[in-house]
Amino acid sequence: MVETTNANPNVDPGHSAEPGDGSSRRDFIHIAAIAVGGVGAVAAVWPFIDQMNPSADTLALASIEYDFSKVAVGSQASIKWRGKPVFVRHRTPKEIADAVADDHAAMRDPATDASRHKAGKPEWLILIGVCTHLGCVPNLGGTYGGWLCPCHGSVYDTAGRIRAGPAPLNLLMPDYEFLSATKVKIG
Amino acid sequence: MSGHSNYEPKTGIERWLDARLPIIRMAYDSAIDYPTPKNLNYWWTFGGILAVCLVVQIVTGVVLAMHYVPNSDLAFNSVESIMRDVNYGWMLRYIHANGASMFFLAVYVHMARGLYYGSYKAPREVLWLLGCVIYLLMMATAFMGYVLPWGQMSYYGAVVITNLFSALDNVIPGVGTAVTTWLWGGFAVDNATLNRFFSLHYLLPFMIAGVVGLHIWALHVPGNNNPTGVSVKSKADTVPFHPYYTVKDGFAILAFMILFAWFVFFEPNALAHAENYVPANPLQTPAHIVPEWYFLPFYAMLRSVPNKLFGVIAMFGAIALLFVVPWLDTSKVRSMRYRPAARIFFAIFVVSVLVLGWCGGKEPDDVVIAIGRDAAGDPTGLSVTVFSRFFVLYYYGYFLLVLPILGLREKVLPVPDTISTPVLSHGGSALPTGATAEASKKG
Repeated sequence: MVETTNANPNVDPGHSAEPGDGSSRRDFIHIAAIAVGGVGAVAAVWPFIDQMNPSADTLALASIEYDFSKVAVGSQASIKWRGKPVFVRHRTPKEIADAVADDHAAMRDPATDASRHKAGKPEWLILIGVCTHLGCVPNLGGTYGGWLCPCHGSVYDTAGRIRAGPAPLNLLMPDYEFLSATKVKIG
Repeated sequence: MSGHSNYEPKTGIERWLDARLPIIRMAYDSAIDYPTPKNLNYWWTFGGILAVCLVVQIVTGVVLAMHYVPNSDLAFNSVESIMRDVNYGWMLRYIHANGASMFFLAVYVHMARGLYYGSYKAPREVLWLLGCVIYLLMMATAFMGYVLPWGQMSYYGAVVITNLFSALDNVIPGVGTAVTTWLWGGFAVDNATLNRFFSLHYLLPFMIAGVVGLHIWALHVPGNNNPTGVSVKSKADTVPFHPYYTVKDGFAILAFMILFAWFVFFEPNALAHAENYVPANPLQTPAHIVPEWYFLPFYAMLRSVPNKLFGVIAMFGAIALLFVVPWLDTSKVRSMRYRPAARIFFAIFVVSVLVLGWCGGKEPDDVVIAIGRDAAGDPTGLSVTVFSRFFVLYYYGYFLLVLPILGLREKVLPVPDTISTPVLSHGGSALPTGATAEASKKG
């Protein structure tokens, strides 16, 4: 700042006490005003960003109950939970045995078959039916007897573990609990 | 828009306005009197064609928005209602849908012309950068527009593209999920996603129009490049924009409109996918999903890399490279007309992009070159995924190796001193025969 003295010394006699020290009260006011204004601007932007996050009614749809008694051995039901498909797969004994046999095979996201289902219910595989690559819904099939994603060719085995293709992770497991012999609560 | 103005207001009203808002002066200087190199060929007409494309998209889009309903339960049916019930709705929608393809066709020609003739080199770097920004905005707009009909391809296109950001989980766990949830406004692509895409699809074209204004401004400061790449040296090198290029551009626009109209009226779904006439079903992905043709080369790049994060990086990197082209190319000679070696590399580059586009439309495991047969009798051999890797490497190699190194090592043909030299020397008195023949071939 070139001008370091107040225009009217009578009003502000204590101003600019140290000549040569380039800063002044005016500089301080500028910096303080810009800082407060900047913080205010950032605070004002936040609602415009956060409005895009899930709304309260979307968050409220947190859990569903499903009667799985009609899902026959060897078949699978796709149900919608939070806008996504959830696979409820009734595995055959062979599918379970295949999955267990591969527990120690080389895998991208190693997991045992036992960790993929609830204890005592190996026949029920409940997974989020969303490929962990780019979100398509895998179809039943593929070389490992599990699922094959039609978009980019990720292959999952009968425990929903990634075995080939670009997906980085196994099919995710939702939070769920068995409420009775025929009912499961997802979410 | 810049420099000396020859505008002279003739009436009292014009003088009055000129002293207050010199808008007629600006129009006169930039669209009538604007000095333009006299040797521009038809590759230079695509700027005008693109301006028309943008206007067509905005006009048809605003009208379509009067009938479209951005709600996941109603969107598909509202589009069908546009097709069947709204007066001329079928035509407006087919113009808008095919207009996107025509827009990209023209922009790819426009970009290729810039790459071939070195239009990105000093002093036109900012012009090129603004063009890259427009291209990015176009891609975002086209993607979000494609989601609006809420068919199966719309839905899974949105799923796949938004999930690209989930690759950030591989960098910082949780960030990718947070970003995709934020983009979706939920835990999956759903009504909230559709609504915001509609809002942004309506906004972005006007942002494109704004950047186009800057693009033209940045063009009119240094003036047009030209097929020789030689800078304008005197008034003898130029002609006024009107009538010379208004007529030339006008003719090219009409020719382009014939192609456009052919698609709209005779093959309106040739560039579309039948699958998108099936309403979106979040529980069932179609057997074969592909993006629109203009995204296929990038889609092939994404799939060519077996790792999720690096696949996404390969795809975005291919676009990011365009932004730094002015600083990668070391050649002082702008036009490849005088760079025979560069012409060959450029031709291979264009072929690579086309091959990548072809790969993007195939299924990843399709066999390109059959070597044998497996137990089931299906051919085995080089798959599309592996095949495409060669061309991805060339794409990157072209920008990161060829452009920087070739400019330092190549042998260039003699470059004429002025634009007028090759124009006026058909027969080769002023230049070596080879150079002249080449110079006059396209001029």
